[in-house]
Amino acid sequence: MGILEVQNVNKSFGGLKALQNVNLDIEEGSIHAIIGPNGAGKSTLLNCFVGKLIPDTGTVMFDGHSLLGRKPHEINQIGVSRVFQTPEIFSDLSVFENVLIPCFAKRDGAFTLNALARVAGETDVREKAEQMLIDVSMQDKKDMTASSLSRGDKRRLEMAMCLSQDPKLLLLDEPTAGMARADTNNTIELLAQIQERRHITMAVIEHDMHVVFSLAQKISVLAQGTVIVEDLPENIKGHPKVQEAYLGVAT
Amino acid sequence: MDAILLQILNGLDKGSAYALIALGLTLIFGTLGVVNFAHGALFMLGSFCAVALSKIFNISKITIDPDKVDFLGNPLKVKTPYVIEWFGESTGAAIIDWSVPLAILFAIPVMLLVGYVMERGLIKHFYKRPHADQILVTFGLAIVIQEIIKAAFGANPIPTPAPDVFRGSYDFGVLLGMEANAVIYPFWRLIYFAFSTVIIASVFAFLQFTTFGMVVRAGMADRETVGLLGINIDKRFTFMFGIAAAVAGLAGVMYTPINSPNYHMGMDFLVLSFVVVVVGGMGSLPGAVLAGFLLGVLESFASMNEVKGFFEALYLPSIDQIIIYLVAIIILLARPRGLMGRAGVMEE
Amino acid sequence: MRHLSKSDKSTLIIVAALALLAPFILNPFPEGSALAQFNAGYPDLMQRFAIFGILAIGFNILFGLTGYLSFGHAAFLGVGSYSAVWMFKLLSMNIVPAIILSVIVAGVFSLLIGFICLRRSGIYFSILTLMFAQMSYSLAYSVLTPLTNGETGLQVYNDDPQYLMGPNSPTVTNLFGLEMRSTFTLDLGPWAFQFNFGYYVCAFFLLLAFYIAIRIFRSPFGLMLRAIKTNQTRLNYTGLNSRPYTLAAFVISGMYAGLAGGLMASMDPLAGAERMYWTASGEIVLMTILGGVGTLLGPVLGAGFIKYFENIFSKINETVLHGWFAFLPDGLNDAIVWVLHFFVGKGWHLTLGLLFMLIVIFLPGGLMEGWTRIRNKFRGGKDDGEAPSPTAATTPAE
Repeated sequence: MGILEVQNVNKSFGGLKALQNVNLDIEEGSIHAIIGPNGAGKSTLLNCFVGKLIPDTGTVMFDGHSLLGRKPHEINQIGVSRVFQTPEIFSDLSVFENVLIPCFAKRDGAFTLNALARVAGETDVREKAEQMLIDVSMQDKKDMTASSLSRGDKRRLEMAMCLSQDPKLLLLDEPTAGMARADTNNTIELLAQIQERRHITMAVIEHDMHVVFSLAQKISVLAQGTVIVEDLPENIKGHPKVQEAYLGVAT
Repeated sequence: MDAILLQILNGLDKGSAYALIALGLTLIFGTLGVVNFAHGALFMLGSFCAVALSKIFNISKITIDPDKVDFLGNPLKVKTPYVIEWFGESTGAAIIDWSVPLAILFAIPVMLLVGYVMERGLIKHFYKRPHADQILVTFGLAIVIQEIIKAAFGANPIPTPAPDVFRGSYDFGVLLGMEANAVIYPFWRLIYFAFSTVIIASVFAFLQFTTFGMVVRAGMADRETVGLLGINIDKRFTFMFGIAAAVAGLAGVMYTPINSPNYHMGMDFLVLSFVVVVVGGMGSLPGAVLAGFLLGVLESFASMNEVKGFFEALYLPSIDQIIIYLVAIIILLARPRGLMGRAGVMEE
Repeated sequence: MRHLSKSDKSTLIIVAALALLAPFILNPFPEGSALAQFNAGYPDLMQRFAIFGILAIGFNILFGLTGYLSFGHAAFLGVGSYSAVWMFKLLSMNIVPAIILSVIVAGVFSLLIGFICLRRSGIYFSILTLMFAQMSYSLAYSVLTPLTNGETGLQVYNDDPQYLMGPNSPTVTNLFGLEMRSTFTLDLGPWAFQFNFGYYVCAFFLLLAFYIAIRIFRSPFGLMLRAIKTNQTRLNYTGLNSRPYTLAAFVISGMYAGLAGGLMASMDPLAGAERMYWTASGEIVLMTILGGVGTLLGPVLGAGFIKYFENIFSKINETVLHGWFAFLPDGLNDAIVWVLHFFVGKGWHLTLGLLFMLIVIFLPGGLMEGWTRIRNKFRGGKDDGEAPSPTAATTPAE
């Protein structure tokens, strides 16, 4: 029994069938990579998990809840966090405030009208946020405006924001896209650490095979909207179907 | 039956004006991504092009007629417009009489220029600024234009009539086999409707059948990609802004005989045109035109005595003043994207 | 008070001191001197400063924090005024029930409008609010004449029921018998300082409004509102529902506008539809951006600035201008006066429009940003001085 179970999901845009009969089973506590060539439907699949898109048919079950028809914030509240391809952070706010917000969301739910409370007086939330910043070693950048961070630090901050919610499932959409090798290695290290310490289930969409094979415990290969192979990393490398999907058959 | 036909006809001219302004608003919004709060002011400027031209034609030379005296016994001063002096009695009088249609020729270059200056001088610098700033700066510009016109032409409406030949009315009823005088419709409103149809059709034809139009349409769909193709889209967008300004201006020129121009008419029409754009569906050109006519006709129906009387019995006098808004709210609740709006336009 | 940080406390104290001493501060020139026309220390104008200050503070809670630009706030102001006048007509001239009702009615009204308008964001939201404001204007001007008395405007008549009116109750607006118009004039040499009870009532509400605004700015709720402005996508993917937050901000700022409207009617028991016209909404926006969007003090400054210059500019006419430039040769004098006369007197709106554009183009952070820039220059040009301009936030892509 996986924490995220996807069964027979179909999604088409007009005449284009983006997803066809996708089945996926992500085991609790594992890192599961979803790879595939451009246009294979990876992002569409991810968007079906977070409530941005609704599949035409099929089911998406997370931890006993159906995710279909739920809004992004509802899905987040039951324990799914997402890291975007380009970091989505609150650029005008300070690094600390960026982390405070998910901590408040975790404690107070989707909406609380606490207009007369003081941020400065919410000791428990502040301590949690401070600890989170220490965990990702960003405590010295606490008061910087988020927009002035380097790209790697923005990614790190986004990760910290997601982690501070103690998610049950963390979705990562190309977490190392456009990064230099050094930054990529840092990110791999960070993710591995998180996995080790917190045992958070992660689903990673990634192009960089170096990242995939360093992290993933299981890999699903998506091509033309269907999962063609799902197997352990060591079995994926030489798999003929995978090579065909990436290199293509003679056209 | 005849009453209904009459109301539809009555709604068409106002609907035409809404449609033309909304068309320009949508063009600018679609191509440049800017909502132009000064677009109503452009419509008003068009109207004042007609007023200005008619004033220019009426500039007169004052001569003294020695044979006649005025009622105080002084020699009578005679004003002769220069156009009459230059072109002779009949041609000159005809030019003055036809000043509104002639103002079209005058307004096109003026409005293109105004549009060009506005886009290059002001709007251009706001593409990368937040939407709120774009709204605010064009709103400020609208006030400035309006106040300049007020300073130059005064605060009162200035009647500017249509040429003599068009001043009558046409008995539509007879044409359709009804009894005489059942459906009487002024010539000029008919012309306004026809004129608007021609302009709308030419804008659509231009976008559909020219390369230029194709690029603009592509740009409306996806601005960045077209920019990547190496096409200088900015230049075309500037020209598009000029066209939108000219369309609004022409709508204003031809509207002068229907509604005596005043300095705040632009603001009045702007708000209603926004309603039209929203109802039609943000970013949809056919939607803007359709909603323009629809709301114009609707407003006309609401001003019928029967309808008004009905609502007056419900203690709601002058329902025609707000009917457009009420319908807009209902449509938006039922179809949040408007009648023909596409998904993804102006959504987060 | 103990809930405020040190700097917030000192800001509040400064505002309180300014408000209390306004009759002195705004009246620096002796009576009868040539500069007396620049004085602003008379009751009517000081009341307006406070009332529009409240309005701008409330507007800033919506626009400054969430970035949602409403073009319909004048509607709430109008609704507040109408409610207050109805209280005067039905109960008595005591302002307490009037102000309470105006805040409640404006709150309910903004809840309704906000519910529909907040289905959309960005430009769409601005257009929808503008549409509602214009509809409210038409409603007040003609459709709902039985409630609003149409063009004439709503006012109190002798034959109104006024159920709570005792035989000795004052017939002008009052607070449990203390009349709003009662003014004490302090003559000090050539100066005449006026202390008006109505003004102090307005100032009290201004301080209350300002205090609540500080609390909101510093609360988790305020933090969420700022988060909405910078990145709504992230907010939703962080498990927060942005709709109730924006709606709450909209209603709070609508209630501020209602309070301002109620106070306006309390100072002068009239309500007219023109208060709801959309250019009036534009003026509220201008006050806020002129002062500084998203800052605490900015909106109050902006409101004071606009109302002061509106008052001064409207008084200046060609004769006054000729007087000022009398030292110049005749031709030059005439030319300068000819140019300037477009901007003063009835031309005030032109000046307002130009000011609007200039501020948006060159100083989007308003007076507060200007102040920061100047201060940084004098501190020896520290490079980190670039104050982040509040409106220059990039809207999140998609």
